[in-house]
Amino acid sequence: MKHQVLKHQVLKHQVLKHQVLKGELLKRRWSAWLIGLALLILLPLGVRYGLPASEKYYLHILIQILLWAFIYTGWSLMGRFGLTSFGHGAFTGIGAYGVVLLWNYAGITPWIGIPVAVVVAVIVGLLVGYPCFRLRIVGHYFALLTLALTEFVRLCIVGLRDYTGGSLGTQPARYGDGISLYALQFEPDRVLAYYIALALWLVGLVIWWRVDRSMDRYALQAASQDEDAAASVGIDVTREKLKVTAISAAMCAVGGAIYAQYQMYIGPETVAGLAISLNIVFAVIAGGMGVMLGPTVGAVFTQVLSEGLRVTIQGSATLEKLFGTGALALDTMIYGLLLILFIIYMPKGILGTLMERREKKAHAPAGSPAQAVSR
Amino acid sequence: MDCQLDIFFLEAVLNGLLLAGLFALLALGLNLIFGVIDVVWICYAELVMVGMYGIYAVDKLGVPFALAVLFGIALVALGGVLLHYLVIRPVLDSAPINQLLVTGGVLFVLQAAATMAFGIDFKNIGIRLGSVSVLDMSFSYARIVTFGVAIAAMLLLWVFLQRTYIGIAIRAIAQDRAIMPLMGVDQRRIYLVTSGIGGALAGLAAALMVLQFDIYPQIGLQFGPLIFMICVLGGLGNMIGGFVAAVIISEFIAVGGSCFATEWGYAIAFLFFMVVIFIRPQGLFGGKS
Repeated sequence: MKHQVLKHQVLKHQVLKHQVLKGELLKRRWSAWLIGLALLILLPLGVRYGLPASEKYYLHILIQILLWAFIYTGWSLMGRFGLTSFGHGAFTGIGAYGVVLLWNYAGITPWIGIPVAVVVAVIVGLLVGYPCFRLRIVGHYFALLTLALTEFVRLCIVGLRDYTGGSLGTQPARYGDGISLYALQFEPDRVLAYYIALALWLVGLVIWWRVDRSMDRYALQAASQDEDAAASVGIDVTREKLKVTAISAAMCAVGGAIYAQYQMYIGPETVAGLAISLNIVFAVIAGGMGVMLGPTVGAVFTQVLSEGLRVTIQGSATLEKLFGTGALALDTMIYGLLLILFIIYMPKGILGTLMERREKKAHAPAGSPAQAVSR
Repeated sequence: MDCQLDIFFLEAVLNGLLLAGLFALLALGLNLIFGVIDVVWICYAELVMVGMYGIYAVDKLGVPFALAVLFGIALVALGGVLLHYLVIRPVLDSAPINQLLVTGGVLFVLQAAATMAFGIDFKNIGIRLGSVSVLDMSFSYARIVTFGVAIAAMLLLWVFLQRTYIGIAIRAIAQDRAIMPLMGVDQRRIYLVTSGIGGALAGLAAALMVLQFDIYPQIGLQFGPLIFMICVLGGLGNMIGGFVAAVIISEFIAVGGSCFATEWGYAIAFLFFMVVIFIRPQGLFGGKS
């Protein structure tokens, strides 16, 4: 009896100690977030004064990273629950083309165009999602079915070539000097574009965090492990999946639209289609889809890899001579090889694996009660 | 936009049927792999592309076309075995979607390798078989040959699966993965053999495709998605269903393409596919699973 009380007290003590630790960790985490955010806000100034000669180039890379990170985060909302969609190229395509076509042919400002495109993307997502989730189409079948959606949207874009410019793509009509709130055009001012991309990315993280903290997340996690069991405890699996699909589709549509406004050019291969879908899926896997910053790490990884290799190859005469113009494919080659290695040896991605390692270290001395409390 | 029931319509229908031969052959290999190993090679079309480049390269060296074809088939068969051995085997026990994704990585590698080796220009082998005219309709010999070879390959595979020891073992593995090793069948060997056969079928398809199409690194993205549609539509793993699905899809493409524009033929085919899957998720001819 005495023994048990003692044991209980020890446990209680451990739990308390853990709570204190956790509080400190949280505080530290918040300050880390704030410092990181401040750095990101100051970053373009640093680029402006630190690298004035190539300011545009470096900002361009940063903007690309942030915009894609937003789209990847949107995808990961579905991907992390086992809904591996190859259909998100369709949503970015709908976002980009919807907004540009409304602007070019009807003179409708993107401020109305984006909501319209989002609604269309969400409706398409739900139309495809509902039967999929009702019929429990998962895994291979879900991937291949959403792949068909991507191809369908891309073919429609190419087919409507009188409006969309077919496979050559099209441009949003420039409004004034190219910087306008009304037309949501900001391409010439890279610093402005950077802050827009940064704001969008932050919104994406907040959405991810909200979903992560919601009951939906637990429901979806349960459903992704065992649908029957989840349904039997009263989870409306279809409804939960549709919710997350709608959010995910909407984010990708917004991302596609802003990406188009920034690039001032859209083509069926650059904002829609299978290539984009594959890029989204693989960048998130490389980064890690179960953690908040995983998709962002994926975006950094892919952009830095392709840019770095491009610069290296263009600077190196031997590589140029070895492969000629084909050298530009070297980044795809390395990318593909790394993906294979990631999926085989690091299925949780870069960030996921790193965090798991750190967590293991942090939890090792605290023992099992800590695990129970942290949930 | 003129879509009348005239001789050109009939021509489109018949050409669709001939195209179906090629699609059916492409779907056959993928179906075999899925049925037996339970893996979707998302890079299947890229293996075909490798075969096409292989045949092109050997043909450029002055090797007779028939030998080049044999080389192409052997090359892709080897590619299939290597793919299984190096990439699929390590992830056989992880989530099914990982197996699909890992072959997606292979897709990037193969595309990049082709670009680096051959550049991005369109290549062709310079053999044109000409065409035959019947009642104002013209059919290219290449398509007719393709159709014939595809049918022959399907029959051959069927005989192989029915009559040989390995064929029977392959079918048995497909039916019950757990029990066959106890019966003395080496599962790992069967998987390798199946991958080799799947690759050889892709190589055969490549040999037929170089007669009709130009070769470029992205060609796989053009027809790859279609093959997956056909396999799923016919019921993944169901080979006869795959053939019927190939006919349906290629008719949509051929007839839709002749009535509207090519993209619309494809777009309608994809739409049709999605609608059918929503009505019958197991595919047109798939059993309940």
